[in-house]
Amino acid sequence: MSNILRLEDVVKTYEKQIAVNRVSFTVPRGTIFGLLGPNGAGKTSLIRIITTITKADAGTVWLDEEKLNNRHPEQIGYMPEERGLYKKMKVGEHLLYLGQLKGLSKAAAKQEIKHWFEKFAITDWWEKKIEELSKGMQQKAQFIATVLHRPKLLILDEPFSGLDPINANLIKDEIYELKQNGTSIIFSTHRMEQVEEICDNIVLINKGQNVLDGNVKQIKNNFKENLFKVEYEGTLPPDLAGRVNIVKQTDASIIVQLSEESQSNQLLQNLLKTGVYIRSFNEILPTLNEIFIKQVTDTNQDVLVR
Amino acid sequence: MNKLGLIIKREYLTRVKRRSFILATILTPLGFAVFFVVVGFIFQYQSDDSKRVAIIDEGNILKGIVPPNERNLYFKSERTDLATLRKDFKNYDYDGILVLPAVKNLFNKNYTAYYYSPEPPTLDVETLIKDRVDNSLRDYKIEGLKLERKQLEALDTRVEIEPEPIDPEGEDATNLTSAIAAGIGSLMGIIMYMTVFIYGMMVMRSVMEEKTSRIVEVMISSVKPFQLMLGKIIGVGAVGLTQVAIWAILIPLISLLVNLLFGFDAGRVQTASTQINPGDTEALVALAMQEFSSQNWWLILPLFILYFLGGYFLYSSLFAAVGSAMGDDLGEGQALTLPITIPVIIAFYIMFVAVQAPNSSLAVWSSIFPLFSPIVMPARLAFGPPAWQIILSVGVLAATCVFFVWLSGRIYRVGILLYGKKVTMKELGKWMFYKE
Repeated sequence: MSNILRLEDVVKTYEKQIAVNRVSFTVPRGTIFGLLGPNGAGKTSLIRIITTITKADAGTVWLDEEKLNNRHPEQIGYMPEERGLYKKMKVGEHLLYLGQLKGLSKAAAKQEIKHWFEKFAITDWWEKKIEELSKGMQQKAQFIATVLHRPKLLILDEPFSGLDPINANLIKDEIYELKQNGTSIIFSTHRMEQVEEICDNIVLINKGQNVLDGNVKQIKNNFKENLFKVEYEGTLPPDLAGRVNIVKQTDASIIVQLSEESQSNQLLQNLLKTGVYIRSFNEILPTLNEIFIKQVTDTNQDVLVR
Repeated sequence: MNKLGLIIKREYLTRVKRRSFILATILTPLGFAVFFVVVGFIFQYQSDDSKRVAIIDEGNILKGIVPPNERNLYFKSERTDLATLRKDFKNYDYDGILVLPAVKNLFNKNYTAYYYSPEPPTLDVETLIKDRVDNSLRDYKIEGLKLERKQLEALDTRVEIEPEPIDPEGEDATNLTSAIAAGIGSLMGIIMYMTVFIYGMMVMRSVMEEKTSRIVEVMISSVKPFQLMLGKIIGVGAVGLTQVAIWAILIPLISLLVNLLFGFDAGRVQTASTQINPGDTEALVALAMQEFSSQNWWLILPLFILYFLGGYFLYSSLFAAVGSAMGDDLGEGQALTLPITIPVIIAFYIMFVAVQAPNSSLAVWSSIFPLFSPIVMPARLAFGPPAWQIILSVGVLAATCVFFVWLSGRIYRVGILLYGKKVTMKELGKWMFYKE
């Protein structure tokens, strides 16, 4: 599988502040990629470099195996976190304008807009002014504007901020569908629960540096601490504490840490032999949130030590 | 269509289609027309307050000839003595009593008449009475001094200076040349001044709106910030040209219609105050018209449009740069717009000097200095400045325009992405040197 986007040692400085410090990562084609990091980590700076809004001071960016150039904006769809539309324009007119600016012919843009209007069941919007729409409706229009020109790469900066759950789900479904159709998607956020659900791969940026990147499942595996949760009824064998490390114990459940993963079967067998009734047996994987916080505090400490 | 074209088209069409634009474009000439009608009415208005004045001619100045009744002022010679009149004033149906004492010395230049009335006379009544007495006194003195009326009239000489070229082949000017040129010059200067402000501010507001409505980041992910800025400047400039062109047609047209409808003649306002006889006025108008049409319009008009474009591009690009640095708060931007508005205002004042002394060194150098030239040079054009000055001025202006648009582009691209920060002039300067 080839990569839609590849960054190599990208650097960007503003006056004395280093916003992006030698960041490298790749985004595999046709996947959803999470660009994560706390506020002020350099996410927006990176996105602005990828969308050709600004230029990197050093390093290289390849889009679809081609060095970033002036034709690329037409292949990218970007929905900024700070987004808006011309309030006085009519929805149809506005989308037509943005579509044409992305290189579509007027006829093609019109066709695409109609397609999306039908899809969202908003065919009566064409003559409405942007300012007449509710905020959620404006977001829908904004989303259409972003995907109108069928970009190869879609960059969404905090796409769900300000959306109600219904519209958020609607957009989420569209993101999945676009992925099915081969669009690669970069999803920038600091909200981890969304990333876990949606993203295939992530990069974690902190203080302008790549702290962690890779496949979500793999990262979780790498960070797991062999924790298992057992929910049971009855009494546990009294010598259990001597054989395994019990992290937490309540009336009906325990969390144990094993020295290695393969011991899980053994533990279960032992428990079954003692006759205790097992309700459930789960491996506890770290959430991205935990990994995120751990990595961010770790790197911050590094910086402090230095 | 290329992207710059698309931007220009949008900027132009959204403004031209706006109701406020259509209203302003149509209502302004109508406003002018209403203004002229009202002004004309006011000037033509005469007091409808009639006065009857009794004259007691103690000095026999009138010699029995009562001054003609005019403008609701009725004179009547009265033989009753003043004391009786004053006592029985109510029974006599007069509004005032004018007493003309005898002239003791014909060479005395001062003369005092007395006017008795319940209330002091109003200004217009006083003026009218003064005029009548003055005329009568003049006739009285001419007779008393045994002067020849014709000789006296011969003393009133009207002096005119007729300009003639040294070079016998040169263009012959009339004594109206510089007045007409000054008129054309100030008009052009004022138009330039207004358009720079109106449309420059329009660009600035529009940039601010794009920034505060957060559309700008969406836009510049498709087009270069410079394209967006340039497209806006050109689009708004086209709106300005459209509006000025419509006004140039509508204002004379509506004025003409109003004149026909109300029968009001603007010329009368002028001639009423200065006492030029009708024949002279006609000759003057004819001369002015001839002078007006003898101007080299084929040179002046294209140059005017050139300076319009130059001034507009220069200042609106600066306004765009400042707009990009501002937040939603117009007041906070005052400190930033001031450095732009000051040269415009200075140029405006220099322009008035330039139409009076078009070849003074202040006028000449100001019309070459690019921040002033768009306003000062059009004011000088009608005076036929030397070709080298025009060429130098246009050249400097064009170069400065390109430079300023480029410079503003550099400030703009940084400014539009910066939120929630109060920006100083110093920072704007720094942005010019930012890398892309």
